[in-house]
Amino acid sequence: MDGRDHSMNGIRLQVTDLRRDFNRRPVFQGISFTLDSPASLAVTGLNGAGKSTLVKVLAGVIGPTAGTVAYQRAGVPIEIDTLRHELGFVSPYLNLYDEFSAEENLRLLSRIRSGNEPASATIERRMQQVNLWNRRHDDVGTFSSGMKQRLKYAFALLHEPAVLMLDEPTSNLDAEGIAVVEAIVAEQKERGLLVVATNDESEAAWCTARVHLSGSGGNKR
Amino acid sequence: MSTIARTWALVVKDARSELRTRYAMNALVMFVITSVATILFAMREDQASPELLAGMYWVVVFFSSMSGLSRIFVSEEEKGTALALQLIASPTVVYVGKLLFNCGLTLLLTLAVTVLYLIVFPGFVVASLDIFAVTWLLGSLGLASAATIIAAIIARANTRGTLYPVLSFPVLIPLLMTVMRSTIRALAGEPFENALGEFQVLFSYLLVMTGGSYLLFEHVWKD
Repeated sequence: MDGRDHSMNGIRLQVTDLRRDFNRRPVFQGISFTLDSPASLAVTGLNGAGKSTLVKVLAGVIGPTAGTVAYQRAGVPIEIDTLRHELGFVSPYLNLYDEFSAEENLRLLSRIRSGNEPASATIERRMQQVNLWNRRHDDVGTFSSGMKQRLKYAFALLHEPAVLMLDEPTSNLDAEGIAVVEAIVAEQKERGLLVVATNDESEAAWCTARVHLSGSGGNKR
Repeated sequence: MSTIARTWALVVKDARSELRTRYAMNALVMFVITSVATILFAMREDQASPELLAGMYWVVVFFSSMSGLSRIFVSEEEKGTALALQLIASPTVVYVGKLLFNCGLTLLLTLAVTVLYLIVFPGFVVASLDIFAVTWLLGSLGLASAATIIAAIIARANTRGTLYPVLSFPVLIPLLMTVMRSTIRALAGEPFENALGEFQVLFSYLLVMTGGSYLLFEHVWKD
Protein backbone atom coordinates (compact mmCIF):
# COMPACT_ATOMS: atom_id res chain seq x y z
CA MET A 1 0.00 0.00 0.00
CA ASP A 2 2.41 2.65 1.19
CA GLY A 3 5.38 3.95 -0.72
CA ARG A 4 4.18 3.05 -4.20
CA ASP A 5 4.61 5.75 -6.81
CA HIS A 6 1.36 6.92 -8.21
CA SER A 7 1.01 7.90 -11.84
CA MET A 8 0.23 11.43 -12.91
CA ASN A 9 -3.29 10.40 -13.82
CA GLY A 10 -3.72 8.09 -10.86
CA ILE A 11 -5.73 8.78 -7.80
CA ARG A 12 -4.47 8.61 -4.21
CA LEU A 13 -6.56 7.90 -1.14
CA GLN A 14 -4.87 8.91 2.08
CA VAL A 15 -6.52 8.03 5.39
CA THR A 16 -4.99 9.39 8.57
CA ASP A 17 -5.84 8.31 12.11
CA LEU A 18 -9.49 7.79 11.24
CA ARG A 19 -12.06 7.32 13.97
CA ARG A 20 -15.83 7.13 13.94
CA ASP A 21 -18.05 7.05 17.03
CA PHE A 22 -21.67 6.09 17.45
CA ASN A 23 -23.34 7.18 20.68
CA ARG A 24 -19.90 8.23 21.95
CA ARG A 25 -18.49 4.72 21.52
CA PRO A 26 -15.79 4.25 18.90
CA VAL A 27 -16.78 1.90 16.08
CA PHE A 28 -13.21 2.02 14.79
CA GLN A 29 -10.21 4.21 15.50
CA GLY A 30 -6.58 4.76 14.54
CA ILE A 31 -7.03 3.71 10.91
CA SER A 32 -4.33 5.04 8.61
CA PHE A 33 -3.35 3.91 5.14
CA THR A 34 -2.52 5.23 1.69
CA LEU A 35 -3.68 3.74 -1.59
CA ASP A 36 -2.26 4.76 -4.95
CA SER A 37 -4.14 3.59 -8.01
CA PRO A 38 -4.22 0.98 -9.32
CA ALA A 39 -4.76 -0.65 -5.95
CA SER A 40 -7.30 -2.69 -4.05
CA LEU A 41 -8.15 -2.86 -0.36
CA ALA A 42 -10.28 -5.37 1.52
CA VAL A 43 -12.01 -4.20 4.70
CA THR A 44 -12.71 -7.27 6.81
CA GLY A 45 -14.13 -7.91 10.24
CA LEU A 46 -16.98 -9.55 12.06
CA ASN A 47 -20.59 -8.35 11.88
CA GLY A 48 -20.86 -4.99 13.62
CA ALA A 49 -17.13 -4.33 13.41
CA GLY A 50 -17.79 -1.16 11.36
CA LYS A 51 -16.98 -2.25 7.80
CA SER A 52 -20.01 -0.50 6.29
CA THR A 53 -19.41 2.58 8.42
CA LEU A 54 -15.79 2.73 7.23
CA VAL A 55 -16.71 2.54 3.53
CA LYS A 56 -19.38 5.21 4.04
CA VAL A 57 -16.78 7.46 5.64
CA LEU A 58 -14.34 6.73 2.79
CA ALA A 59 -17.11 7.57 0.29
CA GLY A 60 -17.79 10.89 2.05
CA VAL A 61 -21.38 9.94 2.81
CA ILE A 62 -20.84 10.39 6.55
CA GLY A 63 -18.11 12.34 8.24
CA PRO A 64 -15.45 10.91 10.54
CA THR A 65 -15.44 11.75 14.26
CA ALA A 66 -11.67 12.33 14.01
CA GLY A 67 -8.96 11.94 11.40
CA THR A 68 -9.01 12.70 7.70
CA VAL A 69 -9.90 11.09 4.39
CA ALA A 70 -8.16 12.84 1.50
CA TYR A 71 -8.27 12.09 -2.21
CA GLN A 72 -5.69 13.50 -4.60
CA ARG A 73 -5.06 13.33 -8.32
CA ALA A 74 -1.49 14.10 -9.35
CA GLY A 75 -0.96 15.72 -5.95
CA VAL A 76 -3.99 17.99 -6.29
CA PRO A 77 -6.70 17.49 -3.64
CA ILE A 78 -10.05 16.33 -4.97
CA GLU A 79 -12.98 18.24 -3.50
CA ILE A 80 -15.99 16.25 -2.34
CA ASP A 81 -18.14 17.67 -5.18
CA THR A 82 -15.62 16.38 -7.72
CA LEU A 83 -15.31 13.07 -5.90
CA ARG A 84 -18.97 12.33 -6.69
CA HIS A 85 -17.96 12.12 -10.35
CA GLU A 86 -15.09 9.77 -9.50
CA LEU A 87 -16.85 7.39 -7.11
CA GLY A 88 -18.97 4.29 -7.60
CA PHE A 89 -20.63 2.58 -4.65
CA VAL A 90 -22.54 -0.69 -4.31
CA SER A 91 -24.07 -2.07 -1.14
CA PRO A 92 -27.13 -4.02 -0.01
CA TYR A 93 -28.51 -0.96 1.84
CA LEU A 94 -28.29 1.26 -1.25
CA ASN A 95 -31.58 1.24 -3.12
CA LEU A 96 -32.66 2.68 -6.44
CA TYR A 97 -36.18 3.91 -7.21
CA ASP A 98 -38.77 1.12 -7.46
CA GLU A 99 -41.24 3.37 -9.28
CA PHE A 100 -38.88 3.99 -12.22
CA SER A 101 -37.69 1.57 -14.86
CA ALA A 102 -34.09 0.39 -14.78
CA GLU A 103 -33.13 2.70 -17.65
CA GLU A 104 -35.03 5.66 -16.16
CA ASN A 105 -33.14 5.20 -12.90
CA LEU A 106 -29.81 5.41 -14.69
CA ARG A 107 -30.82 8.42 -16.77
CA LEU A 108 -32.41 10.38 -13.90
CA LEU A 109 -29.63 9.70 -11.42
CA SER A 110 -26.94 10.57 -13.99
CA ARG A 111 -28.70 13.85 -14.69
CA ILE A 112 -28.70 14.66 -10.97
CA ARG A 113 -25.02 13.70 -10.71
CA SER A 114 -23.70 15.66 -13.69
CA GLY A 115 -26.52 17.73 -15.13
CA ASN A 116 -26.33 15.70 -18.34
CA GLU A 117 -27.68 12.37 -19.48
CA PRO A 118 -25.12 9.71 -20.37
CA ALA A 119 -24.89 8.53 -23.97
CA SER A 120 -27.38 5.82 -24.83
CA ALA A 121 -24.49 3.61 -25.91
CA THR A 122 -22.94 3.92 -22.43
CA ILE A 123 -26.20 2.92 -20.78
CA GLU A 124 -26.60 -0.01 -23.14
CA ARG A 125 -23.01 -1.19 -22.54
CA ARG A 126 -23.39 -1.13 -18.76
CA MET A 127 -26.82 -2.76 -18.79
CA GLN A 128 -25.54 -5.43 -21.18
CA GLN A 129 -22.61 -5.98 -18.81
CA VAL A 130 -24.97 -6.79 -15.91
CA ASN A 131 -27.40 -8.71 -18.15
CA LEU A 132 -30.33 -6.36 -17.65
CA TRP A 133 -30.62 -4.82 -21.10
CA ASN A 134 -33.69 -6.89 -21.96
CA ARG A 135 -35.40 -5.72 -18.77
CA ARG A 136 -34.47 -2.04 -19.12
CA HIS A 137 -38.07 -0.85 -19.49
CA ASP A 138 -39.37 -2.79 -16.46
CA ASP A 139 -39.98 -1.02 -13.16
CA VAL A 140 -37.28 -1.79 -10.61
CA GLY A 141 -40.06 -2.66 -8.15
CA THR A 142 -40.69 -5.80 -10.20
CA PHE A 143 -37.03 -6.91 -10.02
CA SER A 144 -35.71 -9.68 -7.80
CA SER A 145 -33.14 -8.74 -5.16
CA GLY A 146 -30.37 -10.17 -7.36
CA MET A 147 -31.48 -8.09 -10.35
CA LYS A 148 -31.59 -4.99 -8.17
CA GLN A 149 -28.05 -5.74 -7.02
CA ARG A 150 -26.90 -6.01 -10.64
CA LEU A 151 -28.60 -2.72 -11.50
CA LYS A 152 -26.64 -1.09 -8.67
CA TYR A 153 -23.46 -2.13 -10.47
CA ALA A 154 -24.68 -0.48 -13.68
CA PHE A 155 -25.46 2.67 -11.64
CA ALA A 156 -22.04 2.59 -9.94
CA LEU A 157 -20.10 2.09 -13.17
CA LEU A 158 -22.04 4.34 -15.54
CA HIS A 159 -19.67 7.30 -15.09
CA GLU A 160 -16.47 5.17 -15.25
CA PRO A 161 -15.45 5.90 -11.64
CA ALA A 162 -11.80 6.02 -10.60
CA VAL A 163 -12.80 4.73 -7.15
CA LEU A 164 -15.18 1.81 -6.68
CA MET A 165 -16.43 0.81 -3.23
CA LEU A 166 -18.25 -2.47 -2.78
CA ASP A 167 -19.92 -3.45 0.48
CA GLU A 168 -20.85 -7.16 0.50
CA PRO A 169 -20.31 -7.23 -3.27
CA THR A 170 -21.97 -10.56 -4.11
CA SER A 171 -24.95 -10.19 -1.78
CA ASN A 172 -28.14 -11.66 -3.36
CA LEU A 173 -26.29 -12.72 -6.53
CA ASP A 174 -26.40 -16.08 -8.28
CA ALA A 175 -23.36 -17.72 -9.91
CA GLU A 176 -23.86 -15.72 -13.11
CA GLY A 177 -24.08 -12.48 -11.13
CA ILE A 178 -20.96 -13.33 -9.14
CA ALA A 179 -19.07 -13.90 -12.40
CA VAL A 180 -20.20 -10.44 -13.57
CA VAL A 181 -18.92 -8.90 -10.33
CA GLU A 182 -15.60 -10.71 -10.65
CA ALA A 183 -15.17 -9.27 -14.15
CA ILE A 184 -16.01 -5.78 -12.84
CA VAL A 185 -13.52 -6.18 -9.99
CA ALA A 186 -10.77 -7.28 -12.41
CA GLU A 187 -11.49 -4.27 -14.63
CA GLN A 188 -11.49 -1.85 -11.68
CA LYS A 189 -8.24 -3.21 -10.27
CA GLU A 190 -6.58 -2.27 -13.56
CA ARG A 191 -8.25 1.11 -13.81
CA GLY A 192 -8.24 2.69 -10.35
CA LEU A 193 -8.97 2.11 -6.70
CA LEU A 194 -11.12 -0.72 -5.39
CA VAL A 195 -12.34 -1.04 -1.78
CA VAL A 196 -14.24 -4.18 -0.80
CA ALA A 197 -15.94 -4.60 2.58
CA THR A 198 -16.68 -8.24 3.20
CA ASN A 199 -16.80 -11.18 5.59
CA ASP A 200 -16.11 -13.59 2.78
CA GLU A 201 -12.47 -14.65 2.52
CA SER A 202 -12.77 -15.39 -1.21
CA GLU A 203 -13.94 -11.81 -1.84
CA ALA A 204 -11.21 -10.39 0.40
CA ALA A 205 -8.70 -12.36 -1.68
CA TRP A 206 -9.57 -10.17 -4.71
CA CYS A 207 -7.62 -7.38 -3.02
CA THR A 208 -3.92 -6.92 -2.49
CA ALA A 209 -4.18 -5.01 0.82
CA ARG A 210 -6.36 -5.43 3.85
CA VAL A 211 -7.67 -3.53 6.87
CA HIS A 212 -9.15 -5.79 9.52
CA LEU A 213 -11.58 -4.23 12.00
CA SER A 214 -11.56 -6.00 15.32
CA GLY A 215 -14.98 -4.75 16.40
CA SER A 216 -13.74 -3.32 19.69
CA GLY A 217 -12.85 0.02 18.20
CA GLY A 218 -9.36 -1.08 17.15
CA ASN A 219 -8.00 -2.51 13.94
CA LYS A 220 -5.00 -4.23 12.46
CA ARG A 221 -3.47 -4.30 8.99
CA MET B 1 -25.19 26.32 -14.77
CA SER B 2 -24.40 22.74 -13.95
CA THR B 3 -25.68 23.16 -10.38
CA ILE B 4 -28.94 24.58 -11.72
CA ALA B 5 -29.25 21.68 -14.18
CA ARG B 6 -28.57 19.13 -11.41
CA THR B 7 -31.04 20.81 -9.07
CA TRP B 8 -33.69 20.89 -11.76
CA ALA B 9 -33.01 17.21 -12.51
CA LEU B 10 -33.77 16.43 -8.86
CA VAL B 11 -37.02 18.42 -9.02
CA VAL B 12 -38.01 16.53 -12.17
CA LYS B 13 -37.15 13.21 -10.50
CA ASP B 14 -39.27 14.07 -7.45
CA ALA B 15 -42.17 15.31 -9.57
CA ARG B 16 -42.12 12.17 -11.72
CA SER B 17 -41.87 9.99 -8.62
CA GLU B 18 -44.79 11.83 -7.00
CA LEU B 19 -46.94 11.44 -10.12
CA ARG B 20 -46.30 7.68 -10.07
CA THR B 21 -46.54 6.96 -6.33
CA ARG B 22 -48.77 9.85 -5.15
CA TYR B 23 -47.04 9.59 -1.75
CA ALA B 24 -47.70 13.21 -0.77
CA MET B 25 -50.57 14.09 -3.09
CA ASN B 26 -52.97 11.48 -1.73
CA ALA B 27 -52.33 12.55 1.86
CA LEU B 28 -52.78 16.23 0.99
CA VAL B 29 -55.97 15.79 -1.03
CA MET B 30 -57.60 13.47 1.50
CA PHE B 31 -56.81 15.80 4.39
CA VAL B 32 -58.15 18.86 2.57
CA ILE B 33 -61.39 17.14 1.59
CA THR B 34 -62.08 15.55 4.99
CA SER B 35 -61.22 18.66 7.02
CA VAL B 36 -63.27 21.02 4.83
CA ALA B 37 -66.18 18.55 4.91
CA THR B 38 -65.95 18.33 8.70
CA ILE B 39 -66.01 22.14 9.00
CA LEU B 40 -69.04 22.25 6.71
CA PHE B 41 -70.90 19.65 8.81
CA ALA B 42 -70.04 21.54 12.00
CA MET B 43 -71.20 24.91 10.69
CA ARG B 44 -74.39 23.75 8.95
CA GLU B 45 -76.33 26.92 8.14
CA ASP B 46 -74.24 29.24 10.34
CA GLN B 47 -72.35 32.10 8.70
CA ALA B 48 -68.78 32.21 9.98
CA SER B 49 -67.04 35.57 10.49
CA PRO B 50 -64.09 36.49 8.24
CA GLU B 51 -61.78 36.04 11.26
CA LEU B 52 -63.01 32.49 11.80
CA LEU B 53 -62.85 31.64 8.09
CA ALA B 54 -59.32 32.98 7.81
CA GLY B 55 -58.27 30.95 10.85
CA MET B 56 -59.90 27.77 9.53
CA TYR B 57 -58.35 28.32 6.09
CA TRP B 58 -54.83 28.26 7.53
CA VAL B 59 -55.65 25.43 9.96
CA VAL B 60 -56.59 23.29 6.94
CA VAL B 61 -53.45 24.38 5.08
CA PHE B 62 -51.20 23.74 8.11
CA PHE B 63 -52.45 20.23 8.91
CA SER B 64 -52.69 19.23 5.24
CA SER B 65 -49.10 20.28 4.64
CA MET B 66 -48.04 18.45 7.80
CA SER B 67 -49.56 15.28 6.41
CA GLY B 68 -47.86 15.55 3.03
CA LEU B 69 -44.74 17.71 2.91
CA SER B 70 -42.58 15.47 5.12
CA ARG B 71 -42.78 12.77 2.44
CA ILE B 72 -40.08 14.52 0.43
CA PHE B 73 -37.39 13.22 2.80
CA VAL B 74 -39.24 10.49 4.69
CA SER B 75 -39.93 8.50 1.51
CA GLU B 76 -36.22 8.64 0.56
CA GLU B 77 -35.31 7.23 3.98
CA GLU B 78 -38.05 4.60 3.98
CA LYS B 79 -37.19 3.39 0.48
CA GLY B 80 -33.46 3.42 1.20
CA THR B 81 -32.78 5.77 -1.70
CA ALA B 82 -31.32 8.59 0.44
CA LEU B 83 -27.87 7.00 0.15
CA ALA B 84 -28.08 7.10 -3.66
CA LEU B 85 -28.80 10.83 -3.46
CA GLN B 86 -25.96 11.37 -1.00
CA LEU B 87 -23.59 9.67 -3.40
CA ILE B 88 -24.53 11.70 -6.46
CA ALA B 89 -25.64 15.13 -5.26
CA SER B 90 -24.21 17.86 -3.06
CA PRO B 91 -26.24 18.92 -0.01
CA THR B 92 -26.94 22.22 -1.79
CA VAL B 93 -28.47 20.47 -4.79
CA VAL B 94 -30.56 18.21 -2.55
CA TYR B 95 -31.77 21.03 -0.29
CA VAL B 96 -32.66 23.45 -3.08
CA GLY B 97 -34.25 20.70 -5.19
CA LYS B 98 -36.40 19.42 -2.33
CA LEU B 99 -37.30 22.99 -1.32
CA LEU B 100 -38.42 23.85 -4.86
CA PHE B 101 -40.53 20.70 -5.05
CA ASN B 102 -42.18 21.44 -1.69
CA CYS B 103 -42.77 25.08 -2.74
CA GLY B 104 -44.58 23.88 -5.86
CA LEU B 105 -46.63 21.38 -3.87
CA THR B 106 -47.56 23.96 -1.20
CA LEU B 107 -48.55 26.58 -3.78
CA LEU B 108 -50.80 24.00 -5.43
CA LEU B 109 -52.22 22.96 -2.05
CA THR B 110 -53.07 26.50 -0.95
CA LEU B 111 -54.51 27.26 -4.38
CA ALA B 112 -56.74 24.17 -4.16
CA VAL B 113 -57.86 25.06 -0.61
CA THR B 114 -58.63 28.61 -1.77
CA VAL B 115 -60.76 27.41 -4.67
CA LEU B 116 -62.55 24.94 -2.39
CA TYR B 117 -63.22 27.64 0.23
CA LEU B 118 -64.55 30.04 -2.42
CA ILE B 119 -66.95 27.33 -3.61
CA VAL B 120 -68.25 25.96 -0.31
CA PHE B 121 -68.12 28.96 2.06
CA PRO B 122 -70.29 31.88 0.87
CA GLY B 123 -68.70 34.12 3.53
CA PHE B 124 -65.19 33.53 2.13
CA VAL B 125 -65.07 36.44 -0.30
CA VAL B 126 -61.66 37.85 -1.18
CA ALA B 127 -62.33 41.58 -1.27
CA SER B 128 -58.65 42.61 -1.56
CA LEU B 129 -57.21 40.31 -4.17
CA ASP B 130 -53.74 41.91 -4.04
CA ILE B 131 -53.36 41.32 -0.28
CA PHE B 132 -54.62 37.77 -0.63
CA ALA B 133 -52.27 37.01 -3.55
CA VAL B 134 -49.16 38.22 -1.70
CA THR B 135 -50.27 36.41 1.48
CA TRP B 136 -50.84 33.22 -0.53
CA LEU B 137 -47.41 33.46 -2.14
CA LEU B 138 -45.31 34.42 0.91
CA GLY B 139 -47.31 32.21 3.29
CA SER B 140 -46.97 29.17 1.04
CA LEU B 141 -43.25 29.68 0.46
CA GLY B 142 -42.58 30.26 4.18
CA LEU B 143 -44.57 27.16 5.08
CA ALA B 144 -42.70 25.09 2.46
CA SER B 145 -39.33 26.38 3.67
CA ALA B 146 -39.99 25.48 7.32
CA ALA B 147 -41.61 22.15 6.37
CA THR B 148 -38.62 21.14 4.22
CA ILE B 149 -35.92 21.52 6.85
CA ILE B 150 -38.10 19.96 9.57
CA ALA B 151 -38.80 17.04 7.22
CA ALA B 152 -35.05 16.58 6.73
CA ILE B 153 -34.51 16.60 10.51
CA ILE B 154 -37.26 14.14 11.38
CA ALA B 155 -36.71 11.79 8.42
CA ARG B 156 -34.19 9.73 10.39
CA ALA B 157 -36.20 9.63 13.63
CA ASN B 158 -38.22 6.55 14.60
CA THR B 159 -41.27 8.56 15.69
CA ARG B 160 -41.35 10.76 12.62
CA GLY B 161 -45.15 10.63 12.24
CA THR B 162 -45.85 12.47 15.47
CA LEU B 163 -42.61 14.41 15.61
CA TYR B 164 -43.35 16.37 12.44
CA PRO B 165 -46.37 18.44 13.55
CA VAL B 166 -44.99 18.71 17.09
CA LEU B 167 -41.73 20.23 15.84
CA SER B 168 -43.39 22.26 13.11
CA PHE B 169 -46.06 24.01 15.17
CA PRO B 170 -43.80 26.22 17.32
CA VAL B 171 -41.61 27.00 14.30
CA LEU B 172 -44.64 27.99 12.23
CA ILE B 173 -46.54 30.01 14.88
CA PRO B 174 -45.10 33.40 13.75
CA LEU B 175 -45.95 32.56 10.14
CA LEU B 176 -49.46 31.30 10.91
CA MET B 177 -50.37 34.31 13.08
CA THR B 178 -49.17 36.71 10.39
CA VAL B 179 -50.89 35.01 7.45
CA MET B 180 -54.14 34.85 9.44
CA ARG B 181 -53.97 38.61 10.11
CA SER B 182 -53.31 39.48 6.48
CA THR B 183 -55.98 37.03 5.26
CA ILE B 184 -58.49 38.79 7.53
CA ARG B 185 -57.43 42.09 5.92
CA ALA B 186 -57.93 40.55 2.47
CA LEU B 187 -61.41 39.30 3.36
CA ALA B 188 -62.31 42.65 4.95
CA GLY B 189 -61.29 44.52 1.79
CA GLU B 190 -58.63 46.71 3.40
CA PRO B 191 -56.20 48.68 1.19
CA PHE B 192 -52.88 47.05 0.26
CA GLU B 193 -50.85 49.47 2.41
CA ASN B 194 -52.50 48.19 5.60
CA ALA B 195 -50.92 44.75 5.10
CA LEU B 196 -47.37 45.94 4.43
CA GLY B 197 -46.34 45.21 8.02
CA GLU B 198 -47.49 41.61 7.70
CA PHE B 199 -45.71 41.25 4.36
CA GLN B 200 -42.47 42.46 5.89
CA VAL B 201 -42.79 39.82 8.63
CA LEU B 202 -43.61 37.09 6.07
CA PHE B 203 -40.73 38.07 3.80
CA SER B 204 -38.29 38.20 6.73
CA TYR B 205 -39.55 34.81 7.96
CA LEU B 206 -38.98 33.32 4.50
CA LEU B 207 -35.46 34.75 4.27
CA VAL B 208 -34.41 33.73 7.78
CA MET B 209 -35.94 30.26 7.52
CA THR B 210 -34.45 29.53 4.09
CA GLY B 211 -31.03 30.99 4.94
CA GLY B 212 -30.84 29.15 8.26
CA SER B 213 -32.01 25.90 6.66
CA TYR B 214 -29.41 26.20 3.92
CA LEU B 215 -26.64 26.52 6.52
CA LEU B 216 -28.02 23.70 8.69
CA PHE B 217 -28.89 21.23 5.96
CA GLU B 218 -25.43 19.79 5.28
CA HIS B 219 -25.07 18.68 8.92
CA VAL B 220 -28.57 17.20 8.97
CA TRP B 221 -28.10 15.41 5.67
CA LYS B 222 -24.60 14.07 6.22
CA ASP B 223 -24.71 12.80 9.79
